[in-house]
Amino acid sequence: MATSHKPIIALVGNPNSGKSSLFNHLTGLNQKVGNFPGVTVEKKSGFSQIDGLGNTEIIDLPGIYSIYPRSLDEQIVAEVLLNHNEPTSPQKIVVVVDATNMKRGLLLLTQIIDLGLPTVLAINMMDLAAKAGISYDFIKLSQKLGVDVIPINARKGEGIEQLKKAIATCDNKKNQTIYQLPQEASEPILVVRQHLGLDNNYEAYQFLQQPKSLDFLSKENQKWLDEVRQRSAIHSGKFQGAETILRYSYIQDLLQSATLKPADDSWKKSSFKLDRILTHKVWGYLIFFVVLFLVFQAVFAWASYPMDFIDGLFADFGNWLSATLPDGALTKLLAEGIVPGLGGIVMFVPQIAILFAFISILEESGYMARVVFLMDKIMRKFGLNGKSVVPLLSGMACAIPAIMATRTIDNWKERTITILVTPLMSCSARIPIFTILIALIVPDTTALYFFNLQGLALMGLYLLGFFAALVSAYIMKKIIRVQERSFLMMELPTYRLPKASNVGLTLVEKTKSFVLEAGKIILAISVVLWVLASYGPSDKLEKAEEYVMQETANMRLTEQGLQDRIAAYKLENSYAGVIGKAIEPVIKPLGYDWKIGIALLTSFAAREVFVGTMATIYSIGSVDADDQQTIKSRMQSEINAETGEPRFTPAVGLSLLVFYTFAMQCMSTIAVVYRETKGWKWPMIQLAYMTTLAYVSAFIVFQIFS
Amino acid sequence: MSQTAKSVASMKPGEMGIIAGFTDDFLATKLMEMGCLPGASVRFNFAAPFGDPVCISVLGYELSLRLDEASTISILN
Repeated sequence: MATSHKPIIALVGNPNSGKSSLFNHLTGLNQKVGNFPGVTVEKKSGFSQIDGLGNTEIIDLPGIYSIYPRSLDEQIVAEVLLNHNEPTSPQKIVVVVDATNMKRGLLLLTQIIDLGLPTVLAINMMDLAAKAGISYDFIKLSQKLGVDVIPINARKGEGIEQLKKAIATCDNKKNQTIYQLPQEASEPILVVRQHLGLDNNYEAYQFLQQPKSLDFLSKENQKWLDEVRQRSAIHSGKFQGAETILRYSYIQDLLQSATLKPADDSWKKSSFKLDRILTHKVWGYLIFFVVLFLVFQAVFAWASYPMDFIDGLFADFGNWLSATLPDGALTKLLAEGIVPGLGGIVMFVPQIAILFAFISILEESGYMARVVFLMDKIMRKFGLNGKSVVPLLSGMACAIPAIMATRTIDNWKERTITILVTPLMSCSARIPIFTILIALIVPDTTALYFFNLQGLALMGLYLLGFFAALVSAYIMKKIIRVQERSFLMMELPTYRLPKASNVGLTLVEKTKSFVLEAGKIILAISVVLWVLASYGPSDKLEKAEEYVMQETANMRLTEQGLQDRIAAYKLENSYAGVIGKAIEPVIKPLGYDWKIGIALLTSFAAREVFVGTMATIYSIGSVDADDQQTIKSRMQSEINAETGEPRFTPAVGLSLLVFYTFAMQCMSTIAVVYRETKGWKWPMIQLAYMTTLAYVSAFIVFQIFS
Repeated sequence: MSQTAKSVASMKPGEMGIIAGFTDDFLATKLMEMGCLPGASVRFNFAAPFGDPVCISVLGYELSLRLDEASTISILN
């Protein structure tokens, strides 16, 4: 064993086995998210001090049922467990099993034991087992399985010290084999072991069973393994089924002899009762909507205070920088590019944190599985999955945490479709745009006695986004063809009270990874946009002040008014302005001029920038987006030079509203889709289809209403 | 024998049965890993409001699966 490296321990177990609780207990806040070498999937790891091993790296692998993969998550685990040649491969395994659900957990354990790695069995949730009246003979279990067996209660931290001791001392000297491999496989296994230098039969057998899913193998070796497999007629399905049956019968015998007191289901009674209400055809949906309402309230109302605070903080800091540092390009880049860019990332933290706290509470309690259960049938009609509900609804707050929440969807196609349509749900950043444009074109009167017309328009836009998401999902369901069967097969765990420290650590981990990963890209892009908006092809920018002074010499403007005019003139002559003019022919059919074009471009980074840009470009008072009354009156008095009519006719307003409902005007979302799909393909497809949808719809709306 | 493959999908809430076999090889391996083994007892708990998915008890825990999946598990009772 490689003793020169830091010891690495992997935690393996079923979903809901309390693996993450154990991980949190072992590592505390000392966690990080990185990537597995060669595998582009996240690795959650942390460090723990273990006597005899020193500072030990603990890897929390995704929850799995078997070493035979069926989802992306499971494939990763199979790869990590089967690849011993990396310095980052785990040397020892801790298998976590739910004490109230031993059989299914032991299936995985027997597979791991057969792989020959030093293994410890941690039997978790001993508190529940005690409540259920179950007890096991741990000594007997340990003797029969040939591994250390440690009862723990990860939520309370009980048994952790014993577990650490067992981790330090465990080895694979017993070299137990539980499953006798089929006779037909013995010869090819020998061939594979010699060819690839493997020292374990079951490992070689897994190489033969699933060469295609082991990405660490070279293409040559994969092909070679596939040939050996074909020649020896090892059909994965048939052998795998027989293996599962044999393993379960071994487990049956094992538990027969080691169970002192079996469980009856009486301890689950309250959980069953709860299910009668929570999955009821009326109450179930009603309660779900109340929960949703609460989450929305929290994300919209609670998050707005810290968000405003952060926004203000960064604005002040930027101003302070430009006032304190010597004037120059670097100061400007810092004060107008990097600091606001960083602010744009950090501003999302409260929303992300609150949303993830709720999602984590719903997941920990077991309620999320019921929501999936309630919604699956409906969502499936649209190519989505019951598990898509959470991201879609979160998307009404902010698409970024929403897209991060799609990781729970096992099916690749359903997950990808969910990611693609989530940004169509109207997020909170669209609210300022909607508000100002609606105020511009919809009269503030009541219809049908009590409905406010402007309120109705706003609701209409939300519904428009929602239906567009469903229709797009339906179309993508028809277009995207993959050889992957969709299935649900999900445990409905017994309800439990969520644990605060688990919720807290999830929240910290998700927020941290968002800020670090998505942040890098957002930052880079905001700097580029700043450069485009601040520099121009000619020297007009430097002479802006002079020119505007001349122009307005006899207008007796206030200092503020003058500054605003200068800013507007600078923007017009910047690269962004030049590009705005260049794209005018393209956006003219939608009813927009080059000024709106600049707003479209700058708001490409983040749609909420639209209002700010409008303010700058029409040079109204200081660029204060809250001051919508002034922006509105300015926009109202803007004249279309060609027709002599107001610029913002109802047709233009409607066209813009529809455009912003559909357009993917958010760099942060693109960044997060890139991160979640591990490449540029899907974010680019998404950008293209949403922009096309926005353009075509805005065109149709403008042509109909003008 | 008039036992033309009664499946888990056609069970009533509260009904118990013994798993006899599977009609879909691909799903069978997955279902067996989840504890739906031939010879194991299965209890149909309840269905979601639109009749799909369904919740069953097997191997001492609660498993939800789609009706399509449930219909590939044939039972004796």
